[in-house]
Amino acid sequence: MEDLSYSAILGRMIFQFWPVWLALVLTYAVSITFKRRLGLYGKLFDSPVGMIGFGIVMFWVFTALLADYIVTFDPYAVFSGMKNKPLGTALAGATEGQYSHFLLGGDALARDVFSRMVMGARSVLAIAPAATAFAFMVGITLGLPAGYFGGRLDTGLSFLANLVLAFPVILLFYLLVTPEIVEHKILFFGAFLTTEEQLACKAAHEAGTAGLSCFGLSIPTMMAALLFIFPVIFVVVLLNARFFTDPKKRNLYVGLVVVFGLWAYSGLAFNADPSGELLTSLAQTFPSAAEFLGVETPIRDIWAMEPNLLNVFVSVVFVNAPTVFRIVRGIVMDLKSRDYVAAGQTRGEGSWYIMLWEILPNARGPLIVDFCLRIGYTTILLGTLGFFGLGVAPDSPDWGSTIDEGRKTLTLFPHAALAPALALMSLVLGLNLLADGLREESLRD
Amino acid sequence: MLIFIARRLGLMVLTAFVLTFVVFYLTNLPPNLEKLARSEGSVRMSDEAVAQWIIDNGHGGSVLGRYGQWLGVVPGWQNVDEKGVPRGRCFAAGTDPAAAPRYCGVLQGNWGYSTFFRGPVLQNLGEKLAATGWLMLWVMIVMVPTSLVIGVVSGMREGSRTDRVLSTFSIATTATPEYVSGVILVALLASPVTGLSPLLADWGWIDGKVLFQGAASPDKITFWSFTLPVLTIALYGIGYIARMTRASMTEVMTAQYIRTARLKGVSFGQVVMKHALRNALIAPFTVIMLQFPWLLNGVVIVETLFNYKGFGWTLVQAAGNNDINLLLGCSVVAVFVVLVTQLISDIGYVFLNPRIRLS
Amino acid sequence: MADWDPSKPILEIKNLSISFFTRLREIPAVMDFSCTVMPGEAMGLVGESGCGKSTVALAVMRELGKTGRIVGGSITFKGRDLTTMGDEELRHIRGSEIAMIYQEPMASLNPAMKIGAQLAEVPMIHSGMSKDEAWKLARQIVADVRLPDPDRIINAYPHQLSGGQQQRIVIAMALMAKPALLILDEPTTALDVTVEAGIVDLVKELGEKYGTSMLFISHNLGLVMDVCDRICVMYSGEAVETGNVTEVFDKMRHPYTQALFRSIPLPGADKNARPLISIPGNFPLPHERPPGCNFGPRCDYFQKDRCDAADIAMDPVPGDDRHGTRCLRWQEIDWTAPPAKREIKEKAAVGRVVLKMDDLKKYYSVSSGAFGGGAKKVVKANETLSFEAREGETLAIVGESGCGKSTFAKVLMGLETATSGSIMLFDENVQSTPIQKRNTDTVSQVQMVFQNPFDTLNPSMSVGRQIIRALEIFKFGNSDDERRQRMLELLDLVKLPRAFADRMPRQLSGGQKQRVGIARAFAGGAKVVVADEPVSALDVSVQAAVTDLLMDIQRENRTTLLFISHDLSIVRYLSDRVMVMYLGHVVEMGTTDQVFSPPYHPYTEALLSAVPIADTKVERKRIVLEGDIPSAVNPPPGCPFQTRCRWKSQAPAGLCETEVPPVQVLEGGHQIKCHLTRDVLAQMEPVIKIAAE
Repeated sequence: MEDLSYSAILGRMIFQFWPVWLALVLTYAVSITFKRRLGLYGKLFDSPVGMIGFGIVMFWVFTALLADYIVTFDPYAVFSGMKNKPLGTALAGATEGQYSHFLLGGDALARDVFSRMVMGARSVLAIAPAATAFAFMVGITLGLPAGYFGGRLDTGLSFLANLVLAFPVILLFYLLVTPEIVEHKILFFGAFLTTEEQLACKAAHEAGTAGLSCFGLSIPTMMAALLFIFPVIFVVVLLNARFFTDPKKRNLYVGLVVVFGLWAYSGLAFNADPSGELLTSLAQTFPSAAEFLGVETPIRDIWAMEPNLLNVFVSVVFVNAPTVFRIVRGIVMDLKSRDYVAAGQTRGEGSWYIMLWEILPNARGPLIVDFCLRIGYTTILLGTLGFFGLGVAPDSPDWGSTIDEGRKTLTLFPHAALAPALALMSLVLGLNLLADGLREESLRD
Repeated sequence: MLIFIARRLGLMVLTAFVLTFVVFYLTNLPPNLEKLARSEGSVRMSDEAVAQWIIDNGHGGSVLGRYGQWLGVVPGWQNVDEKGVPRGRCFAAGTDPAAAPRYCGVLQGNWGYSTFFRGPVLQNLGEKLAATGWLMLWVMIVMVPTSLVIGVVSGMREGSRTDRVLSTFSIATTATPEYVSGVILVALLASPVTGLSPLLADWGWIDGKVLFQGAASPDKITFWSFTLPVLTIALYGIGYIARMTRASMTEVMTAQYIRTARLKGVSFGQVVMKHALRNALIAPFTVIMLQFPWLLNGVVIVETLFNYKGFGWTLVQAAGNNDINLLLGCSVVAVFVVLVTQLISDIGYVFLNPRIRLS
Repeated sequence: MADWDPSKPILEIKNLSISFFTRLREIPAVMDFSCTVMPGEAMGLVGESGCGKSTVALAVMRELGKTGRIVGGSITFKGRDLTTMGDEELRHIRGSEIAMIYQEPMASLNPAMKIGAQLAEVPMIHSGMSKDEAWKLARQIVADVRLPDPDRIINAYPHQLSGGQQQRIVIAMALMAKPALLILDEPTTALDVTVEAGIVDLVKELGEKYGTSMLFISHNLGLVMDVCDRICVMYSGEAVETGNVTEVFDKMRHPYTQALFRSIPLPGADKNARPLISIPGNFPLPHERPPGCNFGPRCDYFQKDRCDAADIAMDPVPGDDRHGTRCLRWQEIDWTAPPAKREIKEKAAVGRVVLKMDDLKKYYSVSSGAFGGGAKKVVKANETLSFEAREGETLAIVGESGCGKSTFAKVLMGLETATSGSIMLFDENVQSTPIQKRNTDTVSQVQMVFQNPFDTLNPSMSVGRQIIRALEIFKFGNSDDERRQRMLELLDLVKLPRAFADRMPRQLSGGQKQRVGIARAFAGGAKVVVADEPVSALDVSVQAAVTDLLMDIQRENRTTLLFISHDLSIVRYLSDRVMVMYLGHVVEMGTTDQVFSPPYHPYTEALLSAVPIADTKVERKRIVLEGDIPSAVNPPPGCPFQTRCRWKSQAPAGLCETEVPPVQVLEGGHQIKCHLTRDVLAQMEPVIKIAAE
């Protein structure tokens, strides 16, 4: 079979993305039709910059969502004879129903670069926005009281934030995202035990004879335990402040959030989500029902994160949260002198109501803008992690790791690294443009 | 003012202690020590032998005590191994412990022995820092003037065509981290098979196979080898600083006192040079200084990518090879650089801004 | 320049139209505006915010920004058309022949340049003066604007000067090139009244000294009367009446001018016997102007099919000095008839004491020095405050910035606790109970109306939701429906349409927002309401309506109103008793009549004299205080007012500098905190005399 020409490659790639184009056209058609009714989001469609940015971002979002329909090959599969092959190389011995070419060539392990790039979008977009959202929860929950109350609380929290910010990111990653750190458990009863005692505990753990004095958690788990509780706290406080005048409603809402939040929390932070085991035993008790529903045992936990992923996720949240904290704190200090805040105070509102319902909604403009920028920044950080081989998994198709693999043969076969590099760049560029458009539009009125 | 600097210095020293302790703690975790034991001793050591090795080499005891030793405020460890040879932190194995100094930590100038370089940390680190210094110098020479000019020019007439072109450029560069721009630049200019080089070589415009070198060495600083690494680091910073400068400039240009100046009959050039520039450069100054931590990132990435044996490369090697002392040394340097630039940025901000300086 | 004849107008604006162009539409800001300024003449441009007066001024400077454009007419300065002038020529005129003074002195000085350099720049650009000479001239002009220690000041940075001093520097800068025309855009709005008086005097004096013509823009009719020879009243982008000041003030020939005068509290107005008449309706938005007369929909004399038929031209009033009006019916209207719909209200009786403050003190400790170090200093925000307020009574608290009136409000509301002294609120001691510890009843009964209408409502919550929230907090009603019903009733109470419940604050005008603020304050049936300058940020025509609303609700609910204000005219109009504060001290307290007639505290006297009054029949004694208000961080020893007091020489020697004066109780419970003896006090003459009609 013939190798493809550049124009054929381009044409085929455009065709391959058809579900994305369809989704984009639909999104734009609906949004532009109703743009006057959609608030800030609608106004985005008045700004060319914002529209382009939004388009690029949504392109990758849809790509991530619909990756299964776009990829031409299994991104993990190795095809003999395709090692480092250039763009558009025909696949020797393609089977029936299988696509016949490597659109963007093959990488050093003879995998399809195009499919890996498409799948990479999924792994990047699964982490970056979520990690940014967590960082925002942490930053907001701490930044609000720091800015609002000021004083010692502010001094203390600001010192901590500056401490994290003074750490060179790369060093922090090297220290936090290593396999050793997952192995080591910080002992609850004496984090500063001597090396001898710690080694003894480790031996005891391996022998299964560890007592309570050797109970401990690994550093990532501990950080996850600390950082992941913030969203729960945030939502509980938010609802309580709003509904405390109506205890019935308050108890219902807060109760739901606590149950659901702690369930997710136990799974994400401690990998202790009971749902998998429960469902599995349920399915085993009623095998006929399970068969009818087509479920296979054992059922996976609903809330769970691989240790590697957790480690990366926690580190990224940890690096981002102090900056968000500083931004929120600054905005709060500015807004707290407004009369509507004083009006809230004079009618005896609680401090958290004022912070969360009077101040926070009015800080949303700059926060939304920063959120977009920060997703971009987080994407860059994830890429950096991948670039240094500290990524999620060694053969993961995420863009940073792929660039890292590709750079070893960069001068001879640049295509393997170039594809994910351009993908990452375009996503971040889209986010930056989107943020710019949002900033411009939110300043307009 | 003196009180202010003193307070900042105090805070800085405190921060430095906390940060170095955190690094010390994280690099001296038992798993790291076990790994060290296996790489220094033998891979096939039993768990007991590993534990013994760790204790014998002074890694026993509480982490606070070891941090004190490393810092040089607690006397260095001493013990005698199974063969009866006295060993200690402050002297080579087998020499007389009595002749050695009691304290030998970072404060005394003893930064430890690097297992990667097979030599003292301080000396190796010094060499590598000098190499990175050259790189940074060129980065600064390229980055600061370019970004300020771009920022000021695009900010002085907001919304103009020049502004839009320059702003788009800045946004594009901030979306291009070093590992992306490096890859693109190499593919474009330093690859014998793709980009410009094969064309130029075909036409006979260049002697070798490539236009620029895809690798750099501190021993031979040439235009052809330095352009790509310098450009790669500078590019990301240019966009960022230029955007800050632009934002600050546009804000100043809409300030009332600029209108006052215009209505006094001051010409546009003079308005920009005399009235706007000084006020507009206060914010970017802080940003440039606070860019250093990020530049450090860039340095690490670029030195890895271009195989330039400087500080960043050393950091990666230290971390990758579990060289605890070297990694600690790198951290001290990194933390120090970050804190000093923060201090300079704080003080500089005060000096540039008469409103704060004189109140 | 040689071909310009000094007997011709220095500035002639003919049929000027200006529009701003936005993405959606063209917004006309000024239409068919004409005015003439003769050499040496001062022209006043008055109108409410949004009427286009500042746009006219900026058009003269050709400084309309990117979106503004002159779409018709001409501006002739000394015989040259400014609208078609090239940039280079324009630059030579700016600063040297036409200079401008702005509202915010701090913002209009470059923070990073020394005062001297900013001043010297002007002659260096325009007449190529050498740097030394220019600095010398700067020093001389600084002395001319009566700033102390000019050598120090020209080497200072703007932030080192007080607001009043900064404004004098801006004036000095305008005068550096001895311009022929000076444009002043609300030059004193950001300043305190007693400081304003000094600036106004200076402007008048310098205008005469240098023979400068002036275009004086202000919303304050009294100020215009003080400064200007001629006046031009603007409404919604048009000049509606123009003429010389006395003629316009005494023989107004446009319904808007008349309505404006009827809505401002002049001496003689009274909330019960002669209440103010507000102008109904709202200022039209620039793109929603009615056809024909812009004022038509709000005008009492409106005739359908006539006033709204076609655009109306300026019509000269024969016999007067260049007096003109943009009204079709001016010859038919009986201008002397008394206002028709003035309703006279019963004076509300005052009841029992609901609030009693005794010897209240509030001190703050602040750290001095820019970088947080340095010794702690005590700021005495309130010093021995004692008074009582009764049910249904209006007590006005008057003072300029830094007098401690806001701190007082915070302490009363429980946002801060008092340092010492007691506050009795309905027989309950609340001086040391912060608001979190007060019970719901106490909190809902003491509420506050805030100053800034753009700030008083949460911009991201609907109007109805904000009122309902107050009801929830005050535990009103048992269900959401009940609270919603009550919220709608509250909107009725403040005379807002019920449909406003679902609007967001940004869709409301300033006056409407202030009404929502009032509704929110009365949500829990407040018994004591602290109104902190509730109308000072509103336009005059809206002020009257909001004040009246407040009075009506007060009358109905028998609320005690603590009215904090710096505006003595409105205080005289609505208050029963007045408390005058200066640097944390109550210097005078008594009934309104007692405070507004002699004997005065020397500060009250100066304050009264400083307030401009837009009435040609009122004679006012000019007392201009020296200097600025001292900082509360560093108050003078002894009597707080001694640094600026003109009576100091008549007090017993040395007492003023060393001792805080005692409170003298004169007849009728009138209290004055002053060292002057009763004899001296008795000799004081009234500041304001109303000439016999």
